[in-house]
Amino acid sequence: MGKVAIIGVGQSSFVRGYPGSIRELAFEGFKEALKDARITTAEIDASVICSAPEYDKQRSPSGVIAEYLGLTPQPTFYVETLCSSSSTGLRLAYSLVKSGLHKVVAVIGFQKMSEISSQESQERMGRGADIQWESPFGTMMPAYYAMYARAHMERYGTTLEDLALIRVKSSVYGQMNEKAVYRKPVTLEMFEDPQNPMSGPVASPLRVGDCCANADGSSCVIVANEEMAKSLCEKPVWILGIGAASAPVNLAGRDLFTGLSVAQRAAEVAYKMAGVGPKDIDVAEVHDCFTIAELMAYENLGFAKPGEGKELIRGRETYKEGSIPVNVDGGLLSKGHPIGATGGSQIRTIVLQLRGEAGPMQVKDPEIGLVHNIGGVGLYGNVTILGR
Amino acid sequence: MAQQKKEIDDRFKRFGTVSFTAITKVNEFVGFLEKGVLAGTICKDCGIKFFPPRADCYKCLGSNMEWFPIQGIGRLVTYSRLQYAPSGFEKEVPYSIALLDYGDFKVFGRLSPDLREEEIQLGMEMRPKVVSTPDGQLTYVFEKA
Ligand SMILES: [Zn+2]
Repeated sequence: MGKVAIIGVGQSSFVRGYPGSIRELAFEGFKEALKDARITTAEIDASVICSAPEYDKQRSPSGVIAEYLGLTPQPTFYVETLCSSSSTGLRLAYSLVKSGLHKVVAVIGFQKMSEISSQESQERMGRGADIQWESPFGTMMPAYYAMYARAHMERYGTTLEDLALIRVKSSVYGQMNEKAVYRKPVTLEMFEDPQNPMSGPVASPLRVGDCCANADGSSCVIVANEEMAKSLCEKPVWILGIGAASAPVNLAGRDLFTGLSVAQRAAEVAYKMAGVGPKDIDVAEVHDCFTIAELMAYENLGFAKPGEGKELIRGRETYKEGSIPVNVDGGLLSKGHPIGATGGSQIRTIVLQLRGEAGPMQVKDPEIGLVHNIGGVGLYGNVTILGR
Repeated sequence: MAQQKKEIDDRFKRFGTVSFTAITKVNEFVGFLEKGVLAGTICKDCGIKFFPPRADCYKCLGSNMEWFPIQGIGRLVTYSRLQYAPSGFEKEVPYSIALLDYGDFKVFGRLSPDLREEEIQLGMEMRPKVVSTPDGQLTYVFEKA
């Protein structure tokens, strides 16, 4: 059985209030990926459409999106795992290609979050948790991650400043990323100034600056079998390892509150499949929906021992010039987090890095990259390892 | 003889500030809350204790459950105080969501609004108390033990 490659990547700009409908939004990421792969829609055998439901009114979005992109009569279907939907889409595309059922598959992620208010959006995300036993208490994503942050701070002495340092790093690269929604510099002083919006309380101990922003956006990853990849593409990027895991939805069913078990497990599977370890990773994209999420990812992926993630950010090891560059495209914190499009955007960044096409964000000569994409509050974990 | 219309047991819609579920096989949970008791279920066949309560046991696949009251002291695992709330909960801000560990099981809920922030410490001993909201909904909060 041959290898599976990524032969094209694209994403729209991530914006507040996209002036178009979901199919038009999906078109933007798709068009860029198709041009990148230098293929036509006729060469795509199937499409996988990814988003989190209930932000727009369209039921079963795969139909309208496939039609708008000219991907009929090929098969199309919809997958979702909340914020990791498009990584799950990639997993599905991988298996469709690996099985021989299809040769070239497009994974299209999208989310138009601006159709509802921020509070409605928190309510939707809150209902991505346990609606019977948790949502009646008024839960929302920042508060859940804040519970992990508090447990991590208590156990390991991680500080609010450590978390703020992650946002400061993110802003360095967000300013370079033309597709990011937040492109202004962020400093530690902003977190210390009670008048500054960054320091405003959201869900203790997390502050406004610790949280990513909602955004509208789309992404597309084109996956191909080895034969097609070699004939169509000069610089195919190979999927070396692909791991996924789930955890109990309700926090009451979990044992670990200083890290995400799904990330540990998905990483273990992906590393084993790729035959590499954390030290072999040259560049990584991790799911920094909140600053604490990036810090936990350092530890869950094995870049640092449990409790030592803070040393990586204090020592600037996750900057572009450091030993393990992380989120050097600005991450979710700066790019914005259009839920269903996020995984595809992370994959795009790593593909561009491995091809040496990441512009001002380029890490020096990376060979192996990693994508860590989490759905819900550590509910779904996806770790994908890519290589040249 | 007129057929009597079967009454639907939708008591679960009374649970929490906003309930997103009306009908469940563990509606008796609300019956216990009405009596001031927070209750979980225990599988009579294999002995696992469940909180939140379940109607079915994933281990032995039986549905032979009985209720047990959540009594005594749990320890505070972690919490967060919300200064911003999802729609439907705006009037209650600020409030804190929290998790208590009982060893065999854990309980997700809210901290008592009477607790001062400086009194709260992870690992502290707490116990749940059933309360009703101004709208007559039933819920529970964790108090210092
Ligand atoms: Zn049982």
